[in-house]
Amino acid sequence: MLRLEKRPTPSRFWLYATPPVAVILTMIVGGILFALMGKNPFEVIRTIFWDPIFGEFAFYLRGQLLVKAGPLILIAIGLALGFRAGIWNIGAEGQYIMGAIVGASVGLAVFPTDNRLIFPVMVVAGAFGGWAWAMIPAILKTRFNTNEILVSLMLVYVAETILAKASTGFLKNPEGMGFPGSRNFSSFPAAQNSFLYEPLGLHWGGVAALVTGILAYILLTRHQAGFQIRLAGQAPRAARFHGVNPARLVVMCMGISGALAGMAGLFEVTGPAGQISIDFNSGYGFTAIIVAFLGRLNPLGIVLAGFLMALTYVGGEMASTNLGLPDAAIQVFQGMLLFFLLAVDVLTNYRFRLSVGGAVKGAK
Amino acid sequence: MDIGGINPVILIATLMASAVPILMAALGETVVERSGVLNLGVEGMMVVGALGGFVIAVATGSPVLGFVGGAVAGALLSLIFALLTQVFLANQVATGLALTMFGLGVSSLGGQGYNGIKPPPTGQLLPDALADLPVVGPILFGHDWMVYFSILMTAILWWVLKTTRLGLIIRAVGESHEAAHALGYKVNRIRLMCIAFGGAMAGMGGAYISLVRVPQWVDGITAGAGWIALAIVVFASWKPWRVLIGAYLFGGITVLQLNLQVAGSAIPVEYLSMAPYLITIIVLVIMSAGKRGKANGAPAALGQNFHASR
Amino acid sequence: MKRRNLLASAAIGLGLALSGSAFAEGMDHVKACFVYVGPIGDGGWTFQHHQGAMSLTEAYGDKVEIQFQENVPEGADAERVLTQMALGGCNIIFTTSFGYMDATNAVAAKFPDVKFEHATGFKRDSANVSNYNARFYEGRAVEGLIAGRMTTSNKIGYIGSFPIPEVIMGINSYYLNAKKVNPNVELSIVWAFTWFDPAKEADAAKALIDQGVDVIASHTDSTAVLAEAAKTENVIGFGQASDMAEYTDGPRVSSIIDNWGPYYVERVGALLDGTYEQADIWAGIAGGEVKIGDISARVPAEVKAEAEALRDAIGAGTVHPFTGPINKQDGSAWLADGATAPDGDLLGMMFYVEGITGDIPQ
Repeated sequence: MLRLEKRPTPSRFWLYATPPVAVILTMIVGGILFALMGKNPFEVIRTIFWDPIFGEFAFYLRGQLLVKAGPLILIAIGLALGFRAGIWNIGAEGQYIMGAIVGASVGLAVFPTDNRLIFPVMVVAGAFGGWAWAMIPAILKTRFNTNEILVSLMLVYVAETILAKASTGFLKNPEGMGFPGSRNFSSFPAAQNSFLYEPLGLHWGGVAALVTGILAYILLTRHQAGFQIRLAGQAPRAARFHGVNPARLVVMCMGISGALAGMAGLFEVTGPAGQISIDFNSGYGFTAIIVAFLGRLNPLGIVLAGFLMALTYVGGEMASTNLGLPDAAIQVFQGMLLFFLLAVDVLTNYRFRLSVGGAVKGAK
Repeated sequence: MDIGGINPVILIATLMASAVPILMAALGETVVERSGVLNLGVEGMMVVGALGGFVIAVATGSPVLGFVGGAVAGALLSLIFALLTQVFLANQVATGLALTMFGLGVSSLGGQGYNGIKPPPTGQLLPDALADLPVVGPILFGHDWMVYFSILMTAILWWVLKTTRLGLIIRAVGESHEAAHALGYKVNRIRLMCIAFGGAMAGMGGAYISLVRVPQWVDGITAGAGWIALAIVVFASWKPWRVLIGAYLFGGITVLQLNLQVAGSAIPVEYLSMAPYLITIIVLVIMSAGKRGKANGAPAALGQNFHASR
Repeated sequence: MKRRNLLASAAIGLGLALSGSAFAEGMDHVKACFVYVGPIGDGGWTFQHHQGAMSLTEAYGDKVEIQFQENVPEGADAERVLTQMALGGCNIIFTTSFGYMDATNAVAAKFPDVKFEHATGFKRDSANVSNYNARFYEGRAVEGLIAGRMTTSNKIGYIGSFPIPEVIMGINSYYLNAKKVNPNVELSIVWAFTWFDPAKEADAAKALIDQGVDVIASHTDSTAVLAEAAKTENVIGFGQASDMAEYTDGPRVSSIIDNWGPYYVERVGALLDGTYEQADIWAGIAGGEVKIGDISARVPAEVKAEAEALRDAIGAGTVHPFTGPINKQDGSAWLADGATAPDGDLLGMMFYVEGITGDIPQ
């Protein structure tokens, strides 16, 4: 009988080998699915994984990978800090929306002033918006012990309602002929988050994502706060003996993740999205949770996971448009990729052992 | 009889029906979470159940078989989650979210060709003579069988979790898998069965949307109901009767805000639209503030995977 | 139709020299691409656009290749999808939701040789962007007439999605034409604040029915409203976006059908034969973009005849659904006696007409 056995130390080999193994497994099973749908599986898989990086239009699509991955990475890193400490902020989507609304409101309030300071102030306002929205579950948690998963999730729906109100009401473009949606930031250069280097898709959001990745890595491995986060997650009682104040940790982790999500929203609204609209949020806050886990809650892993996720989106779109695959097939394919990544991950910490009956016994 | 232009009898009767999908899904998730598993894939299981139920009901012409089909479809999808989290020990939060993504995709792919078809109707269970009674008629007797079934399930789960040996085992596994394991219980096997039960309940809840509430198949028909079900479980502190109250409250506020609009209430509607969520938060705060220090009655091992080290 | 003829004749009058030389020659083969905001299986808005796209194959066979992308979020993703399509060799790209307006214009500026057609918007920053929209309010007028004649409780209802001009002009048109045939009619409006949430749409319909409303029109996308109406006797409603004919034996008495096929066939045809011109088209019943679905047997013959006469009169251009005197809700004058509403007023309409109670959510 096959059974799992915990490894004494995590396997370095499998730590690096699991992602490729998962991708190959997904290609095989996904290929069968595509073949059943009457498509050439090799063509589909090449379109998803190869073409965006090396294909005919890679000059454009490579940049789009960072555009798509940037907000995912930025949000996921903030979430990962909290997840490591056992603080479950699953309302990043709401914080992302509120960051965009607050930041955009600040910018639009001074339209069309031209001043170098406008964009930096908007970034701060965006971070503040996300932070403030995350503080609601944080403070309810520390003051009343209210479950942060639920409150942060509920606040996503509240934020969506405010977003609808913003785009049909207080942020509506006065020159938009009554249509919903704010002014477009492409017509407001001082507040615009334009590309710094277009071939790579690099705008300030991408810069922020990559820098945050490095900073978070340093924080977790070298800094006292990082130690507290890890300790609180692994051994909450021991953490208390070490003088970790759980309330402060909650406020800090929620605050950081909220602020990063808010910033991501601001970079998105002033850059790629261009404006506040009813459907401005496109699920980045939820997808980032998956990215955080795919990256094993490690900032550098998250950067890689963000790019992999972006690749399936961009490549999936290509496959859908060019090969006539229904969008749902791409969603199923993405879901399978996540399942396989999560499943083979077990090999990092465990190994399979063949055992006969109850022969394997021993110390726990 | 009307209060502010709204007839409370009709309002209550309406909310009882509109709460069935979230009630069923939340009851299932309650059992799952009681056993120490957090499955965030409720939305995915509901939408797959909605399609499964619809397909079977159309194929067989029997809405009852449709609900069975919805339960089977939801349970099958949940087994993917069970396999990943109980055998491969994958993280439950991430797996649950991936399950939702996968379920939405699968249902949309499988539902092609089912647009624009009407399923066989699910009618009122009891005769009109009872349903037409004043006041009690619409509230107590005017429903289809799923409304009664959902209430019956609430009672059964309350009874099972509170008084039976099975309930004790489930709770033990959720409170301390180490201790339950030491007592000789197969932790992962028990959790697997709870997950499948949760999937079946979510699937039936989804089927209620596609067979009774809407009744039609369209992509993404559940439109976020699964997330609300998750919220209700926590709101209810993992207790079946409170789940019922939570589902009715939630369904009730949604129905009430629409009714207030029709009645011409001066309350701005956009605030009404967010009212259910805000009220849930407020109720949650009041409830958890009452017992400081205790973790809202959450199962102690919630979200943690178990591996029996030997 | 008038407007379109005007444009067409202008093109002929000015000669083809004005249009880009590449297009004056026509093309042997056109790759037509579509960007959809929802899944094709939504049974409403996107479904109807896809039906329109499919009619291209019917009309031109192998000469037209079709590509499409479902579920494209408005904003950053739209810009990428559009760029991919333009790079991938699409000759004409239809973007089928209002929210794609800025993305369409941004990408169009980079690909002057590709034609872009944006639905329901108003921005045409470069010469290769055209706009198209449909006068759904014309259909609402016919629905309003039927509602006014058919209601026995004198309470009619309307389920709105978001308070935007598109929806508000539909509400006003529906109300004015109901009032015209039935002065006692009262209109109840429910805002669902969603385009698509079947369960909530059903709840909204139920709320209206519980309050005694017996005719319901809706501006949300699913069939849930009709399904809910089917549960109560004597309540009727209308198909929205697609015909929803499966409810004909039940509450559906007629429908507004978004019929994009003729427009797509015309535009791609123009590209094929070299007569393509930038355009801003807002056609209605006359252009065939708004179709009134069969009026069912539930409607008495004389009402049916009256409704069809109104439909034909609007189509012929002899009746405008907004003809003065019309006052705004606050009593101030909007249209003088005999005046018809200018398009600009309609496209920016953010007020109810006199007689409607309640406020537009702001």
